[in-house]
Formats: sequence, C-alpha cells, structure tokens
Amino acid sequence: MKNAVGRDIPDYLLVNGKEVYQGKNYMDGKYVQKAGPKTRRYEQPQESKIVASLADALRQCGAKSGMTFSFHHHLRDGDFVVNMVMKAAIEELGLEDLTIAATSLGSAHDPIADYIEQGKVIGIQTSGIRGRMGEVVSAGKLKTPAIIRSHGGRPRAIEAGEVHIDIAFVAAPTSDCVGNCRGIGGKSNCGSMGYAMTDAKYADHVVVVTDCLVDFPNMPASVEAIDVDAVVVVDSIGNPKKIASAAARISQNPRDLKMAEDVARVVAATPYFKDGFSFQTGVGGPSLAANLFIEKMMDEKNIKMGWAIGGICGPMVELLKKGKVGKVIDVQDFDLDAVNSINQTPNHFEMSASQYANPANKGAFVNKLDFVVLAALEIDTDFNVNVLTGSDGVLRGAPGGHPDTAAGSKCCIIVTPLVRGRMATVCEHVVTVTTPGDCVDVLVTDYGIAVNPLRQDLIKCLDEAGVPHVTIEELKEKAYSLVGRPDDLEWEDQVVAVLEARDGTILDVVKKIKPYTL
Amino acid sequence: MKILKPAVAGTLESSDVQVTVEPGNGKIELELSSSVMNQYGRQIKEKVLETLDRLEVNDARVTVVDKGALDCTIAARVECAVFRSCDASAKNLPWGGVIR
Repeated sequence: MKNAVGRDIPDYLLVNGKEVYQGKNYMDGKYVQKAGPKTRRYEQPQESKIVASLADALRQCGAKSGMTFSFHHHLRDGDFVVNMVMKAAIEELGLEDLTIAATSLGSAHDPIADYIEQGKVIGIQTSGIRGRMGEVVSAGKLKTPAIIRSHGGRPRAIEAGEVHIDIAFVAAPTSDCVGNCRGIGGKSNCGSMGYAMTDAKYADHVVVVTDCLVDFPNMPASVEAIDVDAVVVVDSIGNPKKIASAAARISQNPRDLKMAEDVARVVAATPYFKDGFSFQTGVGGPSLAANLFIEKMMDEKNIKMGWAIGGICGPMVELLKKGKVGKVIDVQDFDLDAVNSINQTPNHFEMSASQYANPANKGAFVNKLDFVVLAALEIDTDFNVNVLTGSDGVLRGAPGGHPDTAAGSKCCIIVTPLVRGRMATVCEHVVTVTTPGDCVDVLVTDYGIAVNPLRQDLIKCLDEAGVPHVTIEELKEKAYSLVGRPDDLEWEDQVVAVLEARDGTILDVVKKIKPYTL
Repeated sequence: MKILKPAVAGTLESSDVQVTVEPGNGKIELELSSSVMNQYGRQIKEKVLETLDRLEVNDARVTVVDKGALDCTIAARVECAVFRSCDASAKNLPWGGVIR
C-alpha cells in the first residue's frame, strides 16, 4: 500500500493495527494505553546491589533466550557496554534469539555483526545502524527486519508497549552501590544520560554497568536507584577519546561558512527571529557554523535566544555562558565542553528522550522549537530527506532526532552541499525517506536556497528580506548537470529494515540490495 | 596506441580515480571498482571504454579504482595512464587532438 510520501509498503507488514504514514500530526488526539513493566519488589533493605559480573547480573534478572535487551548510546563510538553484555549473554549464558533495542548503534558495535550472522541476535531496533552491522543487516542476514525509529519514536513505542524491554543496561560513568547514576564525575564521562531514562522506567529489569563506583548517594541522579536491580563494576565502560571529542570546532571550510551564513540569513528573515526565540542545530560542519552567524545577527538586532535543545556541544555552552541564550536543555553531549557543563553551568539542564521528542506525550520540547538546522545525506524534490541509507542502499546512518525536530519546529532548515563527490545530494527520489517532506521547510545549499512550496509564508519573508531563492527542481538539475544522472538502485524483494515514522506508522522500508552487474 | 609498460595515473583520494594500464592479452580487460558503483558503475565503464577507444587502445589490462570522480576526471586519468605507458607523457601531448 502506498503511503503519504509515495512509498510502497508491503501489506504483510500492516498487521496488528500497523498503518502506513498518513502525513504530519495524523495521530493527534488519539489515546494510548501505556504499558507497565513487571518489576521485582526489594522490600528487604539491601546494603548494596553490586554483583560480581555481567553474567551474574543477567542470571539475577532471569535472562533467557528470546529476550529483548536495551542500551543507550551516550558513549557513542567509544561504547564497550553493548559488546560486553552481548558477549556475556551469548558466550557465557548460551542465550540465543535475542533482540537488541538500542537508542543508537555505531561502528563500535561491529562484533555484534558476528552474532547476527550466527543467528544469536535475531532482532535489532535502533535509530542508528552503521559499520559491519549495517552491512550484514543490509545483506539480509538478520532474521527479522530491523526496526529504525527516531529518538522521539522510540520512547513512544516503549510507552505504547510496542517494544517490551526485558532488561535495560545503563552505561553509567558514575554509580553508587545501589544504582543512582550520573554522566559525570568518573573517567568515561558522557554528560547527559537522557536516552537511558525512558528505558529505565519501562524495563522489567535494569542493570547498571559502571567503571567508577562513588559514595552513596550519587545525586542528582539521571537514572535512579528505585529502578535498578543490579550494579556491575567493570574496568572500563568505554574509550573516553571516542565518547566526547576535545571540542567541536567550527568549520573553516569556506563552502561550509557560506552555507552557514545563508542559514542565518534565512533565520533572520522569518518572523520567529525575535527576542526569546528557540533553536536547535546539529553538529555537522555548516549546521554548527550557523551558530556563529546567528550570534552575529542576534547582536545586530540586540536580541537573545530564549532556549536551545538537542545534542549539545561547546559553541552552544559558550553562548549560554555569555548570557546570549537563557537555557540549554540537553539530551546528549558531543564534546567535553558540553559534558563538563551540564548540571554545572546554571541553566544547563538534562532531559529525557521522551521530554525531548516523543510525539505521543503531552508536550515535548521539539513542539516549542522555532528553528532547527539539520543536515541530510539526500533530499528529493518533494523535500523528503534521507539520513539512513548510503548511495549504495546500505544502512549507514541514523534518523536520530531529525524527524522529530523537523515535525515539531516552526522552521526546519536543511543545510547540505549540492553534491558530495559524485553523489547528488539534491535528487529526484531519495533512497529511503527518513524525514517526510511535509516537515521540511527550507533547503540551503552551496548553489542556492529553495523553500518548500507548502510554506508560501516563508517564501514571502525571504522575498521581502531580499534573500534569493530558486526551486528545488532547479537545484536538482544543477546537481545532475555536474555529476550525471544516477542509475536507480536495484533491490531484491526481501525487506531488511522497516523505517517507522515518529508516530508509529510506516514511512518506508529498506530492501536487500541486488548485486550490481556492469 | 600500444601499451608498452605498466603505468598509473590518479590517486585514491575522494573524488579522484586511480587508473592502471598494463600490456594486455589481445583485448581490453577492465576491472572496475567504485565507491558509487550502484549509481554510476555503468556510466564509469562506458566513459573508460570510450576514452580508450578514442586513444585507439584495444589491447590492455585496465584497473580502475574510482572514489567518486566526475566524468572529466575519469577521462583525464585514463589518458594520462595511457600516455605514461607509452613514455609519451612528458612532451608534445596532442591537446585538442585525441586529448580533448
């Protein structure tokens, strides 16, 4: 059945009330019955919840074959915990048919690809999938199609009981002996632990894995002892160098800077650019550089930013410290400046993934956003964005908060070079739709700006401000004139991944790629 | 042109292509890999063969490792490798002749 972005969704996926994507805000006003976990009572006072090993923790939580384990990705590409836990479960306890439900996965988790090939891991639910895991899933080796969700779609699915977490594993930079966790104060600090919060509340069992045990009580706790069954102390939960970079540097690339300046011109041309406006930006080259130019325009207009959200990095913390932004609310940190600031700098707060982006709760932060500036691997002439599959059709990305912020914000700006190497970023049809075009408002490229025709109001604003723009078709033709018109990818019938829209409907599917013949 | 000895042109940098030509076994044998294979593989093959044909090379083993080069780059790297293999790349290149 064709959905609202023109993608054909196989009927066999449309069971148990699953629907195809119908457009923005389709689920508005519907009711959801939240699913409660079945948790163990610990009435008898415990001196400590520390157990000797991950295997012991798994046994204590009744781990068995067929279960779903959850993980969060604050340790990013430095994470050791997913591999450690899966190794203990599969190689020490001999479990199989396991499902990994992670907030995101990266190339740090390459060893999991072996467990997929051996049929020990049969399900993957995640935002990001990259590296070898992306390759084996794309090759159709995972028993069930992977389910890809946005950062807001995941807590929605957990709360609705579409994902039932048997055991949640919390990678904690610090924990006390009963499981109060924080993202700072240890040797593998990650700052915010926002993505772990929903998991800890909705999992039947919660295991904290830490490499820095601190005195009770570890406060203020991101994940609280009241939800924790066991604490395991390991040598190291991750490689600090890969958890947070030294400092996210602002690009000096003239192409990035030109695009960043154009982003700021678009922002300044809208009526939302006024004292107290709200803002989120990604950490890619041009998106991050946009901060610099927007600051300049704030100074010129003598206004301040009310608040900023998102994955946070140094430049935003700088603005907070300079008093140019009122509050920063933070679900994840990307560099040490941000890690060291959360809950330390006044008005730098932590939030959960649900509070950040869940479309089914009663008021996520994204819904109050004025602007979001995002990158894209591809964007098509209907403004649909792909941030998941490469030009070879292989899974190598993550929707992350992209679809959530795009849908919630008043003005969603995509910034991307027109071509990357021989890849046309602006194209006829994206490989996979990860953010639907009805949520995307403006495209800024190094060859010009295009506004979604759905936003005639913004077109008028740009015209009045004298910001030139063209149609997205013109940008696509320009791209193809530079790199040539690409051949369509060729697919087998097998669906290897289902891309859920943030509201739980099916936005797209990724199929197994056909071997290419010259 | 006749390929006299192995020669290489180009790099493995992004947006470049590395072309190696070697004396052949009576025909063109092409080995092609590309970072954009699924979208442009056939177009790259066509560009390489067309360039060899223009240079009247019909006996060579050609290895192309493409990193997303544009057509103009592909043609230039093939031309360069071929002229190097004939020791004819130092001077008197036929600009505007077979090299366009």
